[in-house]
Amino acid sequence: MSGKGAHSEGEVLTKADFITDQVVRWCPGCGDYSILAQVQKVLPTLGIPKEKIVFISGIGCSSRFPYYVNTYGFHTIHGRAPAVATGLKVANPELCVWVVTGDGDGLSIGGNHLIHVMRRNLDINILLFNNGVYGLTKGQYSPTSEFGKVTKSSPAGTIESPVNPTSIAIAAEASFVARTADVDPRHLAWTLEQAAAHKGTSFVEILQNCIIFNDKTHDPFLARSVRHDRVLYLEEGKPMLFGSEHPRGIATEGFAPKIVEANSSGMLVHEPGLQNPSQAYMLSQLTYPEFPVPLGVFRRVARPTYEELAHGQVDEAIHRAGGPGDLGQLIKGKSSWTVT
Amino acid sequence: MTPERAANRPMEHPTQDGKKLPVEPVDRVTIRFAGDSGDGMQLAGTQFTDTTALLGNDLATFPDYPAEIRAPAGTLAGVSAFQISFSSYDIHTPGDQPSVLVAMNPAALKVNLPDLEEGGILLVDADTFTQGNLSKAGYAKNPLTDGSLAGYRVIQVPITRLTTNAVTEVSGGGSMAAQSRNLFSLGIMYWLFDRDPIHTIRWIEGKFKNNPDLVAVNRAALQAGYNYAATAEIFTSHYSIKKAATPPGTYRKISGNEATALGIITAGKLTGLPLFYGAYPITPASDILHALAPLKNYGVLTFQAEDEIAAITACVGASFGGALAVCATAGPGLALKGEGIGLAVMVELPVIIAMIQRSGPSTGMPTKSEQSDLLMALYGRNGEAPAAVVAPSTPGDCFWTMIEAGRIATTYMTPTFFLSDGYLGNGVEPWAIPSLEELPDIRVTHRSDPEGYTPYVRDPRTLARPWAIPGTPGLEHRIGGLEKNDITGTVSYDPTNHQRMVDLRAQKIARIADSLPPSQVDGDSQGGDLLVVGWGSTYGAITSAVERARSEGRSVSHLHLRHLNPLPRDVGEILGRFDKVLVPELNTGQLRMLLRANYLVDAKGLNKVTGRPFMIREVYRGIISALEGTR
Ligand code: SF4
Repeated sequence: MSGKGAHSEGEVLTKADFITDQVVRWCPGCGDYSILAQVQKVLPTLGIPKEKIVFISGIGCSSRFPYYVNTYGFHTIHGRAPAVATGLKVANPELCVWVVTGDGDGLSIGGNHLIHVMRRNLDINILLFNNGVYGLTKGQYSPTSEFGKVTKSSPAGTIESPVNPTSIAIAAEASFVARTADVDPRHLAWTLEQAAAHKGTSFVEILQNCIIFNDKTHDPFLARSVRHDRVLYLEEGKPMLFGSEHPRGIATEGFAPKIVEANSSGMLVHEPGLQNPSQAYMLSQLTYPEFPVPLGVFRRVARPTYEELAHGQVDEAIHRAGGPGDLGQLIKGKSSWTVT
Repeated sequence: MTPERAANRPMEHPTQDGKKLPVEPVDRVTIRFAGDSGDGMQLAGTQFTDTTALLGNDLATFPDYPAEIRAPAGTLAGVSAFQISFSSYDIHTPGDQPSVLVAMNPAALKVNLPDLEEGGILLVDADTFTQGNLSKAGYAKNPLTDGSLAGYRVIQVPITRLTTNAVTEVSGGGSMAAQSRNLFSLGIMYWLFDRDPIHTIRWIEGKFKNNPDLVAVNRAALQAGYNYAATAEIFTSHYSIKKAATPPGTYRKISGNEATALGIITAGKLTGLPLFYGAYPITPASDILHALAPLKNYGVLTFQAEDEIAAITACVGASFGGALAVCATAGPGLALKGEGIGLAVMVELPVIIAMIQRSGPSTGMPTKSEQSDLLMALYGRNGEAPAAVVAPSTPGDCFWTMIEAGRIATTYMTPTFFLSDGYLGNGVEPWAIPSLEELPDIRVTHRSDPEGYTPYVRDPRTLARPWAIPGTPGLEHRIGGLEKNDITGTVSYDPTNHQRMVDLRAQKIARIADSLPPSQVDGDSQGGDLLVVGWGSTYGAITSAVERARSEGRSVSHLHLRHLNPLPRDVGEILGRFDKVLVPELNTGQLRMLLRANYLVDAKGLNKVTGRPFMIREVYRGIISALEGTR
């Protein structure tokens, strides 16, 4: 399953260059197809030679992703993709690294790694496919399943409160946090471009439909017929407006969000670049039906990346020492004696 | 005093004030510094070691400290000790028993006295034998006055008071005395064993260069101890230990963990690969991270991971990216790393896992040593997941064995275990510094040629797959933990392919044996009554015990295995040349089980799991009882 022919910088790539010879094995109608198609559409536009692109995944339906993208790829073990990506990116900062994970892989078994990769701010892109269920293991509740959800492993309903992936990312200080959806390909493609352009960890929650085990879970707000009333599209510098027939906006009272009539005073303008994460966090907590569900870029701030700092310390140490360390001197140590 | 005596007669040696005290030459001395964890015993021991190394004695050390950073002062749980054995001849262990015990408080006395040689020197800080301290140590009566120490040469010195006096003179207040009592004791030991304190004085000056007060205080305490010993007539003589007759060369002292860190840097240079070290803090492996982190000018990227799993999987990622990836851990960490190592087995990427073994199970005794993770290294993964395993035998050998681990990992594209332990890692010995020309050539090149490339096409000799790294045009490929097709590397559930891949992964590890030199038997390589087979840190005790048995004319030989997976090809044949096989191990018989399973040999075990290393005499006794009935 190697790539065919050499590619190099400057070559014009097309979507076809990023398709492998592997048969895609997701269930017919799975939301993952839409995500794959948008990723393959966006990759050739990035101006990055494909040998420099790497997809790393864990375990789960979403984690089959690397097999279908004709770049370098690594289908690792459950939950550990962010850690594998960390080692790879530190070893070679020139690579464009994408992590593909899911709500179970990224937030349950791999929750620890996800948090730490974001706080370290590795320059990688994390796509978390959130379908609210374990698909590959055939339908158990996941950390993002709603309270009370009936599944094979929760016949009387789950007794667990769900986690909110976007809130977690903001709390973990990811420097770029966005949310999009499989059913909105244009927004999805745009969000992927934004994520790719950002330097630092880009976290993208992709609301995805599992047609087999959790069909229509996001439909109450994402269904085409209701989306424009129940989704808040976040646009930088624009007022937070939603509702096609009856436009309304978001404002705050104290720290709490509230819905106000369009253009009333106090209506918030979206500023993802704020250093203080409070507003981004508040937005991430808006859930249907009390509020519209925001899609878009919640947070985008500049912070030095981990690999820059790590290599910077190495370069600095070499510079300070007047050149790379001398192995002979190191082995000899600070104090030695000679026997004749 | 019962150090091993040299034949020479005592000679006269002037002391500082012109008085003459005899200097008695001795061949070997073992001192144990023992006190509360806050008393600075590790520091005193380390300073004595540095000075002794520079004098040219052979030496070996054994630091033994509690896991608690500061257990309640004065309690048995808080006792910390540092043992050094030094001699005028080649020695292999820090000594079975101390001939000199420095006990800084009653608890230290209580814990360590049972080990002191009969008639040995016992130096105590008499000031600490208060009612409170005695009861904290569980003494009903004061051992200094109840006659229970009659079998030793007890030297009672009011160390606390004398240190306070000395410190007050230079700092105008005795408040800093408590922290320098160790240096007072060290000064006494320097005088007693005829070593110049200058090295330690220089060290004090360097360490506290920004605080002249501390320099003055510490120097005063050290000198006061030295002068006190010279003038107070507490000793009737002092002792000199001649330089050891070491082969010519340049030496340094080195601990196992230092040598491991040096080996890691060196393996990086020799392979020509970028070096990635990923680790999560764990006793007793953290010192390797501490040693590497400041060596950034050697190009090493150290990554302190969020957990043990992230440490190994980041290593796998770095290895995918073409780096020499190394991690170090101890048993609890390895238990967590199993799945990540299995991934490296499946995707056939090199990773070095340095295991600094400690007493288990579970958290066990973190600061105590054991060899109980051999089978976990060999078999502690799901599925048939073979990996290479090597083990260093001495602190200095950690350097060489780490380079060997680097050779195996990168030549055979396999995770490779390096099985050290707490005793080796913390133990110190003089080490012959190699020249760069002595180091092996293990240069690695990544695949760049797309012609005929597939991810699992194999080198016909080593069976290794090509190391093709992201960034290389034309070699784009996908790997993963799912079973894959031979050669193409595509995902496969084909039954015959799985059989074939399991066999290939096993054969690849087995073929490492083709690259190993013939095994070396110390003793009678042609065979004899008994072969003692060991691995890892028991090398010193086994070597000394076998030497002793052989000096008595017994037919005993020693095979020490550096390669534990695969075992060298000649091991079975060597075992067959001996009537009996004895396998001393600090576990319940893990290598023994492997030898019995592999060679159907009736190997007997000599096993101990107390958290402490073998004493020479324990192995010696094991040899004698194994020999009984031979001939
Ligand atoms: S189980 Fe659900 S998530 Fe998995 S492939 Fe099928 S539809 Fe997609």
